[in-house]
Amino acid sequence: MTPLSQLLPGQFGKLASLNPERGVDQRLMALGLLPGMVLKLIRRAPLGDPLAIEFGGQVVSLRLAEAENLIVDVAADCPIQRPRQP
Amino acid sequence: MSTPEAGLLVALVGNPNTGKSTLFNALTGLRQRVGNYPGVTVARKSGTCDLGDGPKVELVDLPGLYSLAAASPDEQVVIDALSGNIAGDRRPDAVVLVVDATNLLRNLFLASQVAELGRPVVVVLNQADVAKEQGLRIDTELLSRRLGGVPVVLSSAWKGEGILDVRRAIALAIAQQTQLKRVAWPTNIAAALADVAAAAAADTGKQISEADAQRLLFDTNPSTADRLGWTIAQREKTLRSARDRVRNSGYNPMAAEPLVHYAHLRIILEGVVIEGLGKAGRSAAVDRLLLHRFLGPVLFLGIMLGFFGSVFWLAKFPMEWIQSGVDWTKTIVAPLLDAYPMLQSLLADGIIGGVGAFLVFLPQILILFLFIGILEDSGYMARAAFIMDRLFSWCGLNGKSFVPLLSGFACAIPSLLSTRTIEDPKARLATAFVVPFMSCSARFPVYALMCAAFIDPLYGAGWQSVVMIGMHCVGLLFAVPTAFVLTRLVLKAKPQPFVLELPRYQMPKPRDVIWRMWQNAAEFVSKAGTVIFAITIIVWALSYFPRDASVAERIKAANPSASEEVVKAKLQAAYVEQSYMGRFGKAVQPVFDPLGFDWKITVGVLASFPAREVIVSTLGVTYSVGEGAEADSRQLRKAMQDAKWSEGPRAGTPIFSLAAVLALMVFFALCSQCGPTIATLAQETGGWKWAAGSFVYMTALAWVVAILVYQGVSRIS
Repeated sequence: MTPLSQLLPGQFGKLASLNPERGVDQRLMALGLLPGMVLKLIRRAPLGDPLAIEFGGQVVSLRLAEAENLIVDVAADCPIQRPRQP
Repeated sequence: MSTPEAGLLVALVGNPNTGKSTLFNALTGLRQRVGNYPGVTVARKSGTCDLGDGPKVELVDLPGLYSLAAASPDEQVVIDALSGNIAGDRRPDAVVLVVDATNLLRNLFLASQVAELGRPVVVVLNQADVAKEQGLRIDTELLSRRLGGVPVVLSSAWKGEGILDVRRAIALAIAQQTQLKRVAWPTNIAAALADVAAAAAADTGKQISEADAQRLLFDTNPSTADRLGWTIAQREKTLRSARDRVRNSGYNPMAAEPLVHYAHLRIILEGVVIEGLGKAGRSAAVDRLLLHRFLGPVLFLGIMLGFFGSVFWLAKFPMEWIQSGVDWTKTIVAPLLDAYPMLQSLLADGIIGGVGAFLVFLPQILILFLFIGILEDSGYMARAAFIMDRLFSWCGLNGKSFVPLLSGFACAIPSLLSTRTIEDPKARLATAFVVPFMSCSARFPVYALMCAAFIDPLYGAGWQSVVMIGMHCVGLLFAVPTAFVLTRLVLKAKPQPFVLELPRYQMPKPRDVIWRMWQNAAEFVSKAGTVIFAITIIVWALSYFPRDASVAERIKAANPSASEEVVKAKLQAAYVEQSYMGRFGKAVQPVFDPLGFDWKITVGVLASFPAREVIVSTLGVTYSVGEGAEADSRQLRKAMQDAKWSEGPRAGTPIFSLAAVLALMVFFALCSQCGPTIATLAQETGGWKWAAGSFVYMTALAWVVAILVYQGVSRIS
């Protein structure tokens, strides 16, 4: 169980839980990010914040602070890529 | 507001980046109107659409959105428009759902919510060419059947393909009242919705639609309850027990809606899309370059500087043409009215000057919107916001504030219009409020005059550059804390999460870009233009009247041997001195005394409230070197260098001391001296409240800071 904000670029995770009371999570749910969905952290912005994540065939940016409460499962059944070498 | 031909209204609804506006343009051609929804700063774009063999209808392009949960004004407008709750607008007779053919699941979530409103629906799978390229084959017949028989058509609005099919489908939907299949709510949620509807109906005495009941139950935002007049006291208990009921059935009430809809949609889409072999999009590869840790910011700066430089430089030429056109018109018209000096001045300085005052902004507005159109439609704008967000998030703005703030250094007017690209209303308002602090090009002549007359001769070119750069930073220095305080303490609205789609890169369609550029310019001319014109006329009148014939005789008598030109300049100075503006300037000079301004500067400051660049020519008039003075006028520099206090404790010392020069520049850097900015701010914030607030705040701030500068520098030097 890892906060989404701690994923490395290129790493996949399965969304374990979110907080539906929060505005960000409501937005993400409307975009189809629901518990159980696999997502990929594509990259961080050049200044480290926000993050770009990919899920359901789309790329979405969200802020680090907002990604902290999204808990993902970096489980064995998720394809894990090694982070790209900078 | 509906078209007279048919009286039928059709709404275009869809996610952002689906090519919805391109489809709208393709369906309506150039028969479009842009207005505003009452009470909010959301544009209402509509046009007449031919339905092939069917009737003509009015098509309205609603703002792009992902969900009907009423979190932003845009979303609220869509809900209101679709349910017929907008004053002066009818409930649409059909809804066209524009869907990105490459991502049906996410796009159909909105469709599924719209279905609850019970309007006849057409589903348009747009960008079908891209889907085909990616190897996606969509079984439209199966999808149509699964969606309850609504017409489902493929189109590629960019290429102009499938537009006729869309027209026919709309006609069919209206004729057959095709309804989208609605989601089957689990029993407990259905019961909770019924409870909410019944309680709300009983408390408000209104009929509660199912869609309203869903908004009441699922949204944390109270806008639907407020619209129905269902008070907190009335609704609190009902909503709590209804939500408990949803929770007991295993759903989090705040997550139930997307969970149920998405489950419903997954079943509908089963077997609809066949994924074949195709080319993966190039967006990921382009992003690797444009969002690269080091190259990304470098390319970003390059693009932005190129973009900003162009707005500044490209606009210079048409602006000069407009200015010389205005001057030329004056020289042609003025002699015709030599016999009527008042009419002559009204026409030349008031009316022609007033028209020129806002026409001069058009080139910058057009060029800025050309670039913004290219940046937005290509998909780079979202990346720019992604790169810059960190720099702006801490003071309550977001990455999308960058473009308006940067273009503010050229001119506040187009950059205020460009704040429309910011979705979050709070960040949009805060950005618009601080944009006028950016050192626009109209402040440049003031700095140039002061530096050339005082800083350069006394301290050298080095210090001149320092002062120039410093003046361009002063505004920024105050803008950032202003935004911080405004977003933290003043604006009570909850900040919106910065969830931003990074859409697929796409070639912008020239017609769309040019059309949007034109619409923005037309709106500026019709709205702000009239206000700017009015302000110019008022200031003209204040500095023209009263005009006493005895003044001319007195000046002529006092300077019997002077040349005609000198007499004319002195006469102008005398007229201004005894005009209402001059009298007012003398009366309020004590207010500006702590800043080191004499009455002549005070009149200059007052006269330049409609447009700050006027200060140079006003000083030219009050210092009797003639009206045509420019920033590089040697005569004006000399007159100002020689000016001395004639009375008071400072008698005999130069008026333009270092302290006064710096105070004057700082005052111009911070003061709200631009009628067009105020008018545009009012237009963009939907009322005069924020425009008045900006005026008072900036002017008071300029006054206080200029006092500190004058008093501080006077003590030191």
